[in-house]
Amino acid sequence: MQVTSTVRKPLVTGGKTYHDVTQDICQYVEQKPPKTWLAAFTFSFLVLLVGSYAVVMTLWEGIGMWGLNKTVGWAWDITNFVWWVGIGHAGTLISAILLLFRQKWRTSINRAAEAMTIFAVICAAMFPVLHMGRPWLGAYWALPLPNTFGSLWVNFNSPLLWDVFAISTYFSVSLVFWYIGLIPDFATIRDRATNKISKAIYGGLSMGWDGGAKNWMHYEAVSLILAGIATPLVLSVHTIVSFDFATSVIPGWHTTIFPPYFVAGAIFSGFAMVLTLMLITRKVYHLEDYITINHIELMNLVILITGSIVGIAYITELFMAWYSGVVYEQYAFINRATGPYAWAYWSMMTCNVISPQLFWIKRIRTSLVSTFILSIIVNIGMWFERFVIIVTSLHRDYLPSSWAMFTPTWADMGVYLFTFGLFFTAFFLFAKFFPVINMAEVKAVLKSSSERKD
Amino acid sequence: MKKVNKTYWKGLEQLTNDTEFVKNAQNEFPEVPGEGEDAPSRSRRDFLKMMGFSLAAASLAACEAPIRKAIPYLNKPVDVDPGIPNYYASTYFNGGDVYSVVVKTREGRPIKLDGNKHGVAEGATTGQVEASVLNLYDTNRLQNPKKGEADITWETLDAEVKSKLSSIQAKGGKIAVVSETVNSPSIKKALKKFADKYQNVEHVMYDPISEYGVMAAHKATFGVDAVPSYDLTKADVIVSVASDFLGSRSNSGQFSKAYGKIRKVSKDNPEMSRHYQFESNLSLTGANADYRTPIKPSQEGFVVGQLYNLLAKKAGAAPLSGVSGAEVANLEKAANDLWKAKGKSLVIAGSNDPDVQIVVNAINNLLTNYGSTINIDKPAYYRLGNDRKMNAFVSGLAKGEYSAVIFYNANPVYNHPKGDQIASALSKVELSVATNGTSDETSSLSQYIAPDHHFLEAWNDAEPVKGHFTLGQPAIRPLFKTRNAGESFLAWSGETTSYYDFLRNNWKEGQFAAQSSTGDFDQFWNETLYKGVFAGDVQTAEITETATSDEAPATEGQSSTGFTANLAAVASRIKKNYKASSSNIELALYTNGTGNGSMANNPWLQEMPDPITKATWDNYLTVSQSFARENGLEMKEGQTVTATLKVGGQTMEVPVLIQPGQAKGTMGLALGYGRKKAGKVGNEVGVNAYPLLAVQNEFVSFNVTEGVTVEPTGNTYKIAQTQTHETVMDRDSIIKEATLKQYKKDPNSVVDHPEFHTSEGKKRPEAITLWDGHDYNNHHWGLAIDLNSCTGCSACHIACQVENNIPVVGKEEVLNRREMHWIRIDRYYSSPESADSYDEMENAADNPEVVFQPMMCQHCNNAPCETVCPVAATTHSSEGLNQMTYNRCIGTRYCANNCPYKVRRFNWFKYHDNKQFDKNTAQNSALGKMVLNPDVTVRARGVMEKCSLCVQRIQSGKLKAKTEGRRPNDEDVTTACAAACPSDAIVFGDLKNEDSKIHNLLKIRKAENDANGMEIGEERAYAVLEELRVDPNVFYFAKIRNKDEA
Repeated sequence: MQVTSTVRKPLVTGGKTYHDVTQDICQYVEQKPPKTWLAAFTFSFLVLLVGSYAVVMTLWEGIGMWGLNKTVGWAWDITNFVWWVGIGHAGTLISAILLLFRQKWRTSINRAAEAMTIFAVICAAMFPVLHMGRPWLGAYWALPLPNTFGSLWVNFNSPLLWDVFAISTYFSVSLVFWYIGLIPDFATIRDRATNKISKAIYGGLSMGWDGGAKNWMHYEAVSLILAGIATPLVLSVHTIVSFDFATSVIPGWHTTIFPPYFVAGAIFSGFAMVLTLMLITRKVYHLEDYITINHIELMNLVILITGSIVGIAYITELFMAWYSGVVYEQYAFINRATGPYAWAYWSMMTCNVISPQLFWIKRIRTSLVSTFILSIIVNIGMWFERFVIIVTSLHRDYLPSSWAMFTPTWADMGVYLFTFGLFFTAFFLFAKFFPVINMAEVKAVLKSSSERKD
Repeated sequence: MKKVNKTYWKGLEQLTNDTEFVKNAQNEFPEVPGEGEDAPSRSRRDFLKMMGFSLAAASLAACEAPIRKAIPYLNKPVDVDPGIPNYYASTYFNGGDVYSVVVKTREGRPIKLDGNKHGVAEGATTGQVEASVLNLYDTNRLQNPKKGEADITWETLDAEVKSKLSSIQAKGGKIAVVSETVNSPSIKKALKKFADKYQNVEHVMYDPISEYGVMAAHKATFGVDAVPSYDLTKADVIVSVASDFLGSRSNSGQFSKAYGKIRKVSKDNPEMSRHYQFESNLSLTGANADYRTPIKPSQEGFVVGQLYNLLAKKAGAAPLSGVSGAEVANLEKAANDLWKAKGKSLVIAGSNDPDVQIVVNAINNLLTNYGSTINIDKPAYYRLGNDRKMNAFVSGLAKGEYSAVIFYNANPVYNHPKGDQIASALSKVELSVATNGTSDETSSLSQYIAPDHHFLEAWNDAEPVKGHFTLGQPAIRPLFKTRNAGESFLAWSGETTSYYDFLRNNWKEGQFAAQSSTGDFDQFWNETLYKGVFAGDVQTAEITETATSDEAPATEGQSSTGFTANLAAVASRIKKNYKASSSNIELALYTNGTGNGSMANNPWLQEMPDPITKATWDNYLTVSQSFARENGLEMKEGQTVTATLKVGGQTMEVPVLIQPGQAKGTMGLALGYGRKKAGKVGNEVGVNAYPLLAVQNEFVSFNVTEGVTVEPTGNTYKIAQTQTHETVMDRDSIIKEATLKQYKKDPNSVVDHPEFHTSEGKKRPEAITLWDGHDYNNHHWGLAIDLNSCTGCSACHIACQVENNIPVVGKEEVLNRREMHWIRIDRYYSSPESADSYDEMENAADNPEVVFQPMMCQHCNNAPCETVCPVAATTHSSEGLNQMTYNRCIGTRYCANNCPYKVRRFNWFKYHDNKQFDKNTAQNSALGKMVLNPDVTVRARGVMEKCSLCVQRIQSGKLKAKTEGRRPNDEDVTTACAAACPSDAIVFGDLKNEDSKIHNLLKIRKAENDANGMEIGEERAYAVLEELRVDPNVFYFAKIRNKDEA
C-alpha cells in the first residue's frame, strides 16, 4: 500500500534562494530607513509624547484625572490592560503551540508576532501600575519581597497578585523565547556588518553564535523546551486575568465560563492584531513572498474559529443569567443589552460575533483589504468586550442607590494613547533594527531545490 | 492685647502639622495665625527670612526626614492631658435654635458636639448642631471689631457707639435692636439694661423661618403668645398638614427623638403610631408618613377646615361654614383614626397663617389633645419672632423713624423678604451696629461690627422651653478679638461687669433662688455647669411690649381648657384666602438640612445630601412628575434644565429637579441659598428665595399661591446628586417591609430569609457556605439599624464626617460621583404599582412610599474586599471589624469594585492642603485643621477608606474599661452615627455581650453550628443581600408601615 501525499504548496513563494532571504530581510536593518518608516516612527513617537502628558498628569494629580467614581472603580485602565494582554497572546500561540504542532507556516510570522507579544505585554503592564492610587509604593509592595515592615506579606488570595505572577512569568518567558530565536539572525547581520559599531552591537547580541552544529542543536533544544513552557502560559495567563473578574461577587463578573472565554478572546484579538501589523509590514517591506495569502487565510481561519467560540460564550452567558434565576445576574445582562451602555454591547456583538463570520466566504478571507479592515474591527470589538464586562457590570450592581455612569476624561484617552505610542514606537524600532522575519527558520522551509522562475 | 507674633507661627507651620502646633503652644488655647486674605502682606524682610528658612529646611530635608518634636508643656494646664479628651456641657445656639450639647475637646480644641441627654431634646442633635463646630474655625469669621472696612479696637468702638447712642437719646431718636428669637434670659436682661439706659429702645424679634402663625393662633385661642410644646410620645395618631416637624420645623431634634419612640415595634409591643401627612413638597416628615396625600398650598385652609368639620360631626359641634369641596384623599380616614385616638392624637400644621392654626387648635381642642400631646402651660421658646412687628420695623426704617439700629446676630438683609428695603434704608440711620460674627449681607452694610463669639467661646444661657434652662459654657478661649454680644450690650449700657459675672449673677438671683436642693451657690453653679441644664420656675426679664395680636378674644366656644375662638370669622377668612381647588402653579418654600442660610458657609452642610432629593451644593425648583411629563423634562444623572421662575415682580433662573411626590401644580424651592456674603464656601450657591416669600396680612407666608409662572429655558444644568437612581428595582433582599397588620399576624412573615436548592432540599446560605467563619473570643462589634425609626434626617452623616475627618470634595467632584461620606442614607421610592418591566420599575410612582436605609461598611465576616486586596491592606479584626490599613493601601480599588454595598471611598485626589479643594475648609488651613480629630488619620491621596465603626472610639472605650478593671459596656463605646441618631435608629454594641442593647435587640442566641457561633432571633432583623453570604455585622430591622393594606 502506498500513500501519496498531495504536493504541498510552497510556504515561501517567488523561488527565493537562501541568499535572497538573507538579502531581503537584512537590507532593512542595514540600509538607511525608508521615508515611510521615518514618517511612521515620528508619528508614533509624537503619539507617545502626547500620551505621556496624560500619564504624567495622572501620576502628579491622582487617579481623579480619570473618569472613575465610587461605583465604577475600574474602566479604561483595566479594559486596556486586558485588551493588551489578549493581543499579546497570538505571538506566543504562533511561536509555541504552532511550533509544537510543526506548523511550518508560522516561521515567516513568528518573529513579528513575538515582538508584538513583548510590546503588548509591556503596554499591558503599564496599566496595573498606573491604575494604582500610589504606584510608587504599589509597584514593589505587590511583589512578595522580604521587607522590614514587620510581618507584612502579599495576600495570596488576591487574583491581582496572581496577575502579577502570571504577567511577569509570561513576559520573561516570551522575552527569552524571542531573544533565543533572534540569535542566529543577529549572527547573520553581524557577519554582514560593514561598520564597526554594527559589528560590535550585533556581535554582542548574537552571543558568539558560530553557526556550528552544536549551536544549532542547542538552539533547537532550547526552542522546544521554551515552546513547552510557553504553551501552558498561553492558556494560563488569560485564565488568571479572567480570575480578576470570575472570583468576584459582582453580577456579570462572577462567571465560571470566563477562563476559556477569555483565552479564546485573547487568541481572537491577538491574531487580528498580528494581521494588522503583518499586513502593514508586508506592504512596507515587500515581504509578499514570505507572508503569502496562504498565511493570511490560515490566520483568518483561526479568527473565525475563536470568534465563534467567543460568540457562543456570549450566548451562554445570557442563557446562564436567565437559567440561574438570580435577579442581579439577570438584570446585569438585560442592562448590558438594553441599558445605557447598550451601544457598547451591540458594538461588541457586531464586531466580535457577526464580523468574523464573514470569513466563511473564501473571497473575503483571502482578500487583503477585507482582512485588514476586519482585523481592526475585531480589535475594536474586543476592546468593547472588556469595556462591557468591566463597566456595565460595575455601574449597576446590587444596590440601586449606588448606580452611576462612567464617562472617560481626556486623561483616560491620553493614557490609552500613550500605550499606542509606546507600542508602535517599539514596533517600528524593532522593524528597523531587528530582522522582522526569522531568516534561519524560513530558510529551513524553503524548497531545497528552489529555482528562480525568471 | 499682645500682638500675635505671626512670623514665628508661619515658620513653624511649614515644618509641623496642626497637632504639633497645638502641642507646642504653651498656653491652653494657642493663638491662631491669620488666614487667607486677611493675612498681612509679607514684607521684604519676611521674604528673606522665609527664604533663609526654606533653604535651611530644604538642606535639612535632604539629609533625612524632617524631625518632628513633641514638646511637652512647661506648665501643663490643669485638666489638659495630651491625647485625652475633655468633655464640657454647653449649649448650641443659632438664632432661636437651642440644643444642649456635650463638647468634646482635645488639647483645648473643641472637635465634636454630642447631644446632652439632660437637655430638652434628650440628647438629640441635628446635622446643623453636629456641623456647627466647624463654624468656630471658619476663616471667614471676623477677627476684630470693625468700623466700615477698618479694624478698630473695642475701646474705640465702645466709645463711638456710646457717644452716638447718647446723642440719639438726647435727640429722642428711636433705637431698634433687631434679632432673631432671643430665648436667653441673660441676654434679655442685658437688653433690658440697654433699653433702660437709652429709653426709646425697641427690640424687634423675627425669625427667617417664622412660626408666628402658631404663636398668634395660640394667643387668640388660649392667650398664650408662644408656640406650645408637643409631646409626640403620647400620640397614637398624628396628622400633619404641611408641617415638616422631623426636618425643618424648630426643635426637630426633639420631635425626631419622640418620633423614634412611637415608631418602634417589637413582637412584645407591636403597636405603633399612625402618621398622616398632607403636603405639597415631599418633606422629610411626609416621607416617613404612613399615608401621605399631596395637596396644594392653597388647599391647606380647606384641608384643616374639612378635617374640623368631619370631627365636629362626630363631636356634635357646629361645623365651619363654607369650607368644603376640596377632594383630599385619606382625610376622612384620618378623621376616623383621630376620633378613635381622642386625647392621644396630634394635629399639627406648618402654615404660618394664624387662621389655619386657629382651626388646628380647634381640632386639637375637639380631640382633647391639649394637656396630653400639646402643652401650652410650658410653651417652647424656639421661635418668638413677630412678623407683624418686623414688618412695622421695616416700613418705619424706610420712613426714617429709627435713628439707630443694632443687629444682634441677625441678617435680615439676606433672610427677610423685604431685605432689600432694609439694605437701602440702612444708609439713612444715624448709627448701625451689627454683632454678627462675620461680615455678612447685613453687617457689611452696618457702620460698626462688634463681632460676637462663636457659641463655643462664650458664656450663654437659654430657656428653650418655659422653665427649662440650659447653660452654655466656653470650651475654648476666644480665638479672635471678638466679644460676647451680651457683654457688648452691657458695655454700651455703661456696665463694667463681664458678661460671665453678669450671667452668673442672674443665675444666682433667678435659678439658684428658685431651687431648694442646695444653699451654696458655688455648689449649685458647679453642678448645673456639669449637667448643663436646670429646670425650675424662674421669671425672666422682657423689654415691655405692647400687645401685638389684633385677634380679638372671642366669646364663643369656651371650653374647659380655656379655648376660645371666633371660628365663624376664621372660616370666612379661610374661604376667602384658600381654594378647594386651583389651577394656579403654586410655590411652596421650605428649608432643608442646610438650614435657613446662616450656616451656608459650612461645607459639611453644603455637601450633606438633602435626604429626599439627594442633591448637594444647590437649591432647585422641585417639580412634579406630571409637570415634567407635560413639559417633556427628563433628569438623568443630575443632568437637568433650568427654568425661569417668575413670582410677582421677581424673576430668577433656577435648575429644575423632578420630585416624585410633589403635588401636581406645585413647586418647591429651598430657602437658605444664594448667599452673597457668606464666605468662600457659601457664596453663590443656589439662588436666594427669601425675596419670593409673600407677606400676607403681615404674616410671612411660605406659600406663594398666585402669580407664579415657570418656563423651562432649555439651558442645561447639572445638580450634584449622590444618588441618581430612585427605586429599589423590586430587589427585596435590600429593603424588607410589611404592614403592621401583617407583622402583628405573623412577625416571622416579614422577613423571608433566602434559601438555596441543594441535593438535600432547600438550605439557608450559612448552611452551605465554604467559609470557616471567625473565632471571636473577646468582642464582636455590630450595628443594628431600625428602618422604622430612621427618619432620614442625616445627623449621622455629619457626625461621621466630624468624627472621622472626612473631606469635603465640592460640587464638581460630587457630580463626578466621588463624595467621600462613609455613611450614606439610601433613599428609595416605590415604583408605580403597575410596573413589571425593568424600565417601568426605574421610575418612581407619582406619590411614592419612601424608605430610608443608612448604609455604611457592613463589616462582613466573609468580606469580599478582604480577599481581593493584593497587599492585605484590608483585613478582618479579631473583633469582627473589617479594618482598613491606609498605610498599606496601594489603591487598586479592587476592594471597592468587589463590595456589593459600594461603601468604599477612594481618595481620588489629595483633598488636604490642596488649593483646588479650598472648600474642604477643615483640611486646608491651619485654623480649619483645628477641628480635625487627632485620633483619626487624614488620608493620603490614592488610598481607600471606609467606615471603621469608629474604631478609635472602640479603642478608647476599651481602654477606659480596662483601666477601671471591667468589661466595656454600651456606655463606654458607641459610634458617632449611633450617638448622633436622634431617633435611636442606629444601635452599636458588642454582639457577644449579653447585657448589651444590641444583643437584646437582635435576640441573639448561641448557635454551635453557625460559623460565628450565634443566631439572630429577632424576627424583623435581616442582613442586606443575605443570599451572598458575605455575612455582615450590620443588621437591619424591616420597615413596618402602619397601613391597612400594602
